[in-house]
Amino acid sequence: MYVAVKGGEKAIRNAHKLLAKRRRGDTSVPALTLEQIAEQLSHSVARVMGEGSLYDETLAALAIKQSRGDLIEAAFLMRAYRTTLPRFGYSQPVDTAKMLVERRVSATYKDLPGGQVLGPTFDYSHRLLDFKLAAEEGSVEPVAETAETSDEAMPRVTDLLGDEGLMEPDPVTDEDAPVGDLTREPLAFPADRDLRLQNLARGDEGFLLALAYSTQRGYGRTHPFAGEIRYGEVEVEFFAEELGFAVTLGAIKVTECQMVNQFQGSAKAAPTFTRGYGLVFGQVERKAMSMAMVDRSMRWQELGEEQTAPAQDIEFVLSHSDNIQATGFVEHLKLPHYVDFQAELDLVRRMRGEWFEKRAREENGDTSQEAAE
Amino acid sequence: MSDTAENYDQGEYNFAYLDEQTKRMIRRAILKGIAIPGYQVPFASREMPMPYGWGTGGVQVTAAILGKDDCLKMIDQGSDDTTNAVSLRGFFEKTAGIRTTYETSEATVIQTRHRIPEKDLTDDQVIVFQVPIPEPLRFLEPRETETRKMHALEDYGLMHVKLYEDIAKNGHIATTYAYPVKVNDRYVMDPSPTPKFDNPKIDEMAALQLYGAGREKRIYAIPPYTKVKSLDFEDYPFEVQKFDKPCALCGARNVYLDEVILDDRGGRMFVCSDSNFCEERRAAGHVGPMAADPAAVQIGGSSQEETAR
Repeated sequence: MYVAVKGGEKAIRNAHKLLAKRRRGDTSVPALTLEQIAEQLSHSVARVMGEGSLYDETLAALAIKQSRGDLIEAAFLMRAYRTTLPRFGYSQPVDTAKMLVERRVSATYKDLPGGQVLGPTFDYSHRLLDFKLAAEEGSVEPVAETAETSDEAMPRVTDLLGDEGLMEPDPVTDEDAPVGDLTREPLAFPADRDLRLQNLARGDEGFLLALAYSTQRGYGRTHPFAGEIRYGEVEVEFFAEELGFAVTLGAIKVTECQMVNQFQGSAKAAPTFTRGYGLVFGQVERKAMSMAMVDRSMRWQELGEEQTAPAQDIEFVLSHSDNIQATGFVEHLKLPHYVDFQAELDLVRRMRGEWFEKRAREENGDTSQEAAE
Repeated sequence: MSDTAENYDQGEYNFAYLDEQTKRMIRRAILKGIAIPGYQVPFASREMPMPYGWGTGGVQVTAAILGKDDCLKMIDQGSDDTTNAVSLRGFFEKTAGIRTTYETSEATVIQTRHRIPEKDLTDDQVIVFQVPIPEPLRFLEPRETETRKMHALEDYGLMHVKLYEDIAKNGHIATTYAYPVKVNDRYVMDPSPTPKFDNPKIDEMAALQLYGAGREKRIYAIPPYTKVKSLDFEDYPFEVQKFDKPCALCGARNVYLDEVILDDRGGRMFVCSDSNFCEERRAAGHVGPMAADPAAVQIGGSSQEETAR
């Protein structure tokens, strides 16, 4: 008997209860604490903060716990919470040159001022399952030997290149010019780079990764070099009108990626290197790099390049990068659609009827013609 | 209703969830929409506590216009008791504490997905539509920059070509829902995925019609008593679906019917999609051909019993 149409409050209530039970799992296993998630699943936390567009490790850990580890669902919880928060204003731009660096690598120079700092990375680990981790934990604490911290300045690679005029200068913008904010004004096209970068920073890691990858395989080639990737802590400052100066609100951890791309030059501009820029919360290098590559791809118009590939298509990229929007619309197909489906049923039945009628007519026509002959 | 919904009771959220500044922003978009019937007004759609695609646009419009004295009817697929309608009604009961109803005539605000009630609406009612893709030209031209230009220039040739090609290929226009209309002789508009059966209702409708698309960040409106014409050709005039049987439960004709499959041997019945309309007719003594059937009793059993509070 078909009763699904009678959804009912009871069914929803019971479904929520069942979900809560499944989320908790076997109660003989201790429940996860938020500290455990924040400390030990920091990459998940970083991704949820970035795509959820809200920097708060504890809330991100809570969202991950509540969503049973579904990171897109967790980012959605963060967004839905974030949207209810009052907006006091905008921070000062963070200065990543003053970052308290934990990791900094450049693929374009063997050595450079400030040095290469490998930091915590999977890059050179062998991907062998570590069964010691599976065994009872807690006996030996890993100890890492690190070089002494140096106070040497760590200028950005792009600034070093810029000194020689080999790097396009950062665009000069009016300090007082308002910065776009797609959470306050609906995104309109053509979208300027500030909005594009904001969109990418909130965008889905997997989507950006695939787009960046496509540019490496010939769909809108940009000849990228990882000029620099740095990860560490930066201070966030807020200019308080009442005080007349900027105060520090706190520190956040970010990954910044500056891609250096070859540029052949055009009638207007001499050959030089151009930039692609990526900045994300936490240590999410894969996304920072992808973001930088996609950012550079979308600059084709400004640099007088040809548009040939999806990663260059601003409307296409920006309209589909948000996984909260994407997952909602894809998954809404689970909602009942039987009214529209009824209309389609009616149409297909009618069109089939016409099709069979026509065929029968043609067959009859043919036979009667043959008979006449 | 749900465990999470109880959070709203703790006074952490504003009346009808959205903060007043956001409501003001949405109201401005609504007013602009009313001033330019059928024009899609961009608005800074907020993330809502339900997913995109599940009515976030409609919910934001409803939240922005609700007052404490309003009475809300929430329907999905024409019915008050489909899961998402139940969920969204619960949302407003929790966050706004307003009265809700199943009765079309009692409601001051009706939020709907995919249907318009059979009963005529009055000029003291507002109907809010949940819209997935507000742009009627989207499937002909995916680019927003292009479609906005086409609207600005009133260049709807592409749409007419599409309808013409339908006729050339099928002998009739093969669009059954989200059938495009022209509003006030100016903007071509998507009436949201309501079946084209409902298109005549939006023409000269007494109630104010508001359309909200959350994910796509657009609001549009049709003021009361506005001319709304379904696109067609002189020799191929617009026509709506016709059902050759009446509602199996209440015997109503000229209403939109849902097909309900009764068994795996081809048994089926057609019943009113507008569940409240059907119930009221049955209460008034109308009887359809299958009203006594045991299957019909289960389907048509008063839906308010279960959800009554």
